[in-house]
Amino acid sequence: MARIFAYIVHKSGVADDTAAELPVAARKIDPAQHCTAIVTGWGGDLDQVCESLRSSYSEIWRIAQEPLAYPNAELVRKALLNVLPAGSIVLVPHAHFGVDLSPGLSIKMDAAYLPDVVDIESVEGDWLRAVRQEFGGQVSVHMRCNISSGAVLNIRPGAFRPSESSAAAGQVLDKSADVGALTARRRYLETVAAEMGDVDIAKEPVLISIGRGIGEQENIAIAEDLAEAMGAAVSCSRPVVDAKWMDKSRQVGSSGQTVRPKVYLACGISGSFQHLAGIKGNPFIVAINKNPKAPIFRVAEVGIVDDILEFLPALAACVREESCVPGKERQRS
Amino acid sequence: MFWLVRGSDLFLFLHLLGLFCFAYIVARRLAPLLRAQRDFRFDRPLARLGRLLQFWLAQWRHPRYRFAGALHILIFAGFLLLASRAFAVLAMGISDRFAGHPGGLYDAVRDYASTVVFLCMGIAIVRRLAFAPARYGRRSADAIFLLALIGILMAADGIFEGSHAAFHARQGTTAELFPPLSLPWAFELAFSSAPLAALVNLHLGAYLTHEVTFFFLLCYRPFGIQFHVETSLFSIYFAKLDRGTVKPVRWGVADEQLDAVPSFGVKKIEDFTWKHLLDFYSCADCGRCADQCPANAVGRPLSPRALTIKTRDYLFRHYPVFSPSSDGVPLAGGLYSEDEIWSCTTCGACEAECPLLVEYIDKIVDLRRGLVDDGKAPKPLHKPLKSLESRGNPFGKMEKKRADWAQGAVKILNGGGGADTLYFVDSITSYDDRIQSIGRATARILDSLGEEFGILGAKERDSGHDVRRFGEEMLFQALRGHNTEAIRSSGARRIVTADPHAYNALKHDYRDMPPVEHVSEVVARAVRTSKIRLNAVENGVYSYHDPCYLGRHNGIYDDPRDVLDSIPGLRRVEMKRCRDRSFCCGGGGLALFYEAKEEQRMGVRRVRMAADAGSSVIVTACPFCMVNIEDAIKVAGLEGQMTAIDLAELVDRQMVKAS
Amino acid sequence: MEILVCIKRVPDTSENEIQIDGSGTDIARDDLVYSVNEPDNYAVEEALQIVARTGGNVTVVTVGGEEDEEILRREMAMGATRGVMISDDSFQGSDGRGIAAILKAFVQTGHYDLILTGVQADDGSAQVGGMLAALLDYPFASLVTSIEVLEGRKLKIGREIEGGSREINAIDLPCVLSIQTGINEPRYVGMRGIRQVASVPIPTLGAADLGVEPELVGAIAAKVKRTGYFVPPAGKGAEILAGSREEVVNKLMDLLKAKGGLN
Repeated sequence: MARIFAYIVHKSGVADDTAAELPVAARKIDPAQHCTAIVTGWGGDLDQVCESLRSSYSEIWRIAQEPLAYPNAELVRKALLNVLPAGSIVLVPHAHFGVDLSPGLSIKMDAAYLPDVVDIESVEGDWLRAVRQEFGGQVSVHMRCNISSGAVLNIRPGAFRPSESSAAAGQVLDKSADVGALTARRRYLETVAAEMGDVDIAKEPVLISIGRGIGEQENIAIAEDLAEAMGAAVSCSRPVVDAKWMDKSRQVGSSGQTVRPKVYLACGISGSFQHLAGIKGNPFIVAINKNPKAPIFRVAEVGIVDDILEFLPALAACVREESCVPGKERQRS
Repeated sequence: MFWLVRGSDLFLFLHLLGLFCFAYIVARRLAPLLRAQRDFRFDRPLARLGRLLQFWLAQWRHPRYRFAGALHILIFAGFLLLASRAFAVLAMGISDRFAGHPGGLYDAVRDYASTVVFLCMGIAIVRRLAFAPARYGRRSADAIFLLALIGILMAADGIFEGSHAAFHARQGTTAELFPPLSLPWAFELAFSSAPLAALVNLHLGAYLTHEVTFFFLLCYRPFGIQFHVETSLFSIYFAKLDRGTVKPVRWGVADEQLDAVPSFGVKKIEDFTWKHLLDFYSCADCGRCADQCPANAVGRPLSPRALTIKTRDYLFRHYPVFSPSSDGVPLAGGLYSEDEIWSCTTCGACEAECPLLVEYIDKIVDLRRGLVDDGKAPKPLHKPLKSLESRGNPFGKMEKKRADWAQGAVKILNGGGGADTLYFVDSITSYDDRIQSIGRATARILDSLGEEFGILGAKERDSGHDVRRFGEEMLFQALRGHNTEAIRSSGARRIVTADPHAYNALKHDYRDMPPVEHVSEVVARAVRTSKIRLNAVENGVYSYHDPCYLGRHNGIYDDPRDVLDSIPGLRRVEMKRCRDRSFCCGGGGLALFYEAKEEQRMGVRRVRMAADAGSSVIVTACPFCMVNIEDAIKVAGLEGQMTAIDLAELVDRQMVKAS
Repeated sequence: MEILVCIKRVPDTSENEIQIDGSGTDIARDDLVYSVNEPDNYAVEEALQIVARTGGNVTVVTVGGEEDEEILRREMAMGATRGVMISDDSFQGSDGRGIAAILKAFVQTGHYDLILTGVQADDGSAQVGGMLAALLDYPFASLVTSIEVLEGRKLKIGREIEGGSREINAIDLPCVLSIQTGINEPRYVGMRGIRQVASVPIPTLGAADLGVEPELVGAIAAKVKRTGYFVPPAGKGAEILAGSREEVVNKLMDLLKAKGGLN
């Protein structure tokens, strides 16, 4: 069995949540192995991250080079190629960095590539069996992947729940010198932060989140009305921002904000993983959707199959009246 | 009079100069029309003459706004009566022979006419200054100037005659007797004690004033709204005869040749037809169209009058009379905003109102064709258009589910002589959960009337009515081709529909179709021939909302009302804006998908009108009206106070069913 | 600038309900409506906007069969100068790497300054662009949301990263970029436009024309294979609240109060 590495994504000295998830996936590939963390970066931030990884990894390979201060996938790829043993299996979180790094990495390693893996099933000889999803999460697919010459596996964030760490007092090995001079024909210039809108949804405890199911821009008023009644804020999924109905600062998802509310109402949201990736902290998720087969119902705690354009006003009316007696006469539309 | 003869050469020169200027100006104004697109308007001269008599001579549209209409009829009548007088006055300056004989019925009529016109000018000016209705906008200065000039023209003639009569009265020679209280009578009285020399000067001065004013007006009119004095004759004669249709992409280019046309629609000013350019000249800026336009009323960036006036100004700049041509900004996206062009629901209220029969829908459709040709269809329409192309309906639903609404209870016509009557359902009735009940109600009505009918089922495609009016002509033609084939092979000899948009399409946009009827016509006939009995209703106050494509565009106002009136116990009230002044619900077809920038929804405004009329039930006869109005009832907060029902649903509910 | 855009014909997910067919080896495709992959369409629009500024041509290419030709025509109707079909029986069953190898062979038959793909397609793999770049040894960037052409064969690009922020990079030409939706507003392609390109010839290139290495393509070479489609068992999933709307609202109110959702 090849050696398994977990690529650690980090920011401002803090390792991403996926750092605790990758070893779980690795364990499913090879229970007999502790996967090795591999981290690139520079300076105090890198040191801080390596330190924090010691409680969950037994071995940490540290690559410190000034050009790697900002994670430029082109440079990271080169660094990894110089350091990774041939035939390795590399686990990378499937997110902005992972889709930038991994396809090219697999080619250069002459290894198989499996993106956005949601489950590892088994290894049979040269073949790894795993599960992916297609068509926006509407169907799942059994995959098999030939790992005889190594593999790069992009793991979906949140697909593998981290268990209590078993490794302790991990060793940090410095591999910086093995990397050589790093140049690339792509150079990082700067990061332009997203404009903060009037509401910072990342700080809100209760979110009414709307998706494509809201239908028209005018219907957003229905959600805003409910939010006002509940003392909550309105957030949304990507299609609402693409249609320019709401500001990007309201978008929950891997390319939007990460939120940690107590209560999350997903209204007319199908439940793509990119959206769900933005919801952390295990909130109470209520899904309201006309389509009983929407993937959101798999992650929500409570589900309501109904038309949000009818249900939300009914809920708002109930919230305002504060006491709703079942069977009480209400104006039917 | 010898001093007239002496000046005759001068006056002749002035006349010729004036005429020459006028001719030159008109020629310059005609220049863009010669470079514009063709328009086939020379057919059916008798019908056109008829309309000329109705709308030009009889001023048929004017009384729709009572006070202004009355004023204008008086002024117009006055102009007609004074026409020969005007030429006579001019001729008098050249030769004594035209002095004419005083007295006589024509002169009396003429004198009163000029008095009336003079007074009307005064009323009009005061009205504009102090009591201007909102629809007049802010263009008063120019209008008042012109009104004043006409007043001066009348006064000058009055002084000309009055001074002449006073002169003779002083000299003791006979003079004409003016009808009492007419302008010349008043001036004669005023001049009765003036010195002779002053009278001579007044006479000459008045003549010069009259002449200069006359020619000034003649040459000034083509620079503004008063050009309608000349162009109205032509704009009305050449007005569109066929209602409900949309002009072809290019007159004279058959559908099969359209692929060779390099550009579709209107992108530059010369892409309009000559009649459309004439329309821009003919607008009198009365504002009646904008007053009736629902888009304008709800704050969309569209005002028909404003569109015409600014295009006219653009034409003046682009084809000026004197200075070299200045480069214009592009039309769509420049002179007009794209939103402006997409805001129109093609309801036709503007065209129904305009006294000059200026056309709007064809221009909007042509502008939309130009935008679509350049890839600029609005984003919210991309998806429904794509669905129409791939699935034959704008909702993206599967073709094979198109007949599911019928729940197997309706025959599918396959051409095997299934039935003579085809019920053309169209997309929204087929697929929308709420609107399907209109389909079922219609089917039950036809059944209970003993009609043998069927539907096309999965072979039916969207009629394409609004695809065409939103500028996607080729997609419309593809849908039409498909449906035409399906209708032909169904063997149907008659078509019934409950959807006015489909009705209009089948009647006017499609060719060689069997006769088409709307379900309200079918039921009205059944009521008249006692083939249907309707149970009484208990309570409720009902208002009928005229759908644009049933009422205004196709003239079906009475049949639905007759049906309602035949229901015992049904209390019906008319909304203030009804029949051809009905207020559009918001539009159908693709208009349902377009996100307009507006202050209020048209439907909300409409349900408030119903509430104002005291009604509790709005009856409509169009599925799109139903969607918009039911939605509006919720948005307006009138749930529980107002409901909406389709005519077919109401009839179905009240029908005494055969056992 | 010569721009190549790699496009794919996919089932339109917003218009279709995807279901698994009887055998479980594929999705049920009978009633599906297909169209060009949405991010690819954004990529073509971006390419057209770039050449409108810089001059040049946009070529669209797809690896597939006869039924895929329609998307080439659609993008040509949009404004692409030419469309190329790459088709060969030996390409069947290729994995992402195989497709990238085929495209690499095609790229090397011409001179392209810039190669664009959509960020991902129906299978959500988001891989072909990056693989193609690595095979060609071109620099690569994914999730591109803005492109600015600079002097000296360089681009300034923005990438979408977490939190809605944008990562700005400079990248040398020739390069490969994968384009994210929302980068622009694609123009409307009407029926008329499609009719006008209906008779423009679209060359088809096979394995021999491209000189593609057989070891890298086709089912035999694939290192990644699908073995079956399934819908995951509902598992715990959501507790669906049943009853009339009033009853459901009441139940939800109780839950919200308990979970601190009401202030």
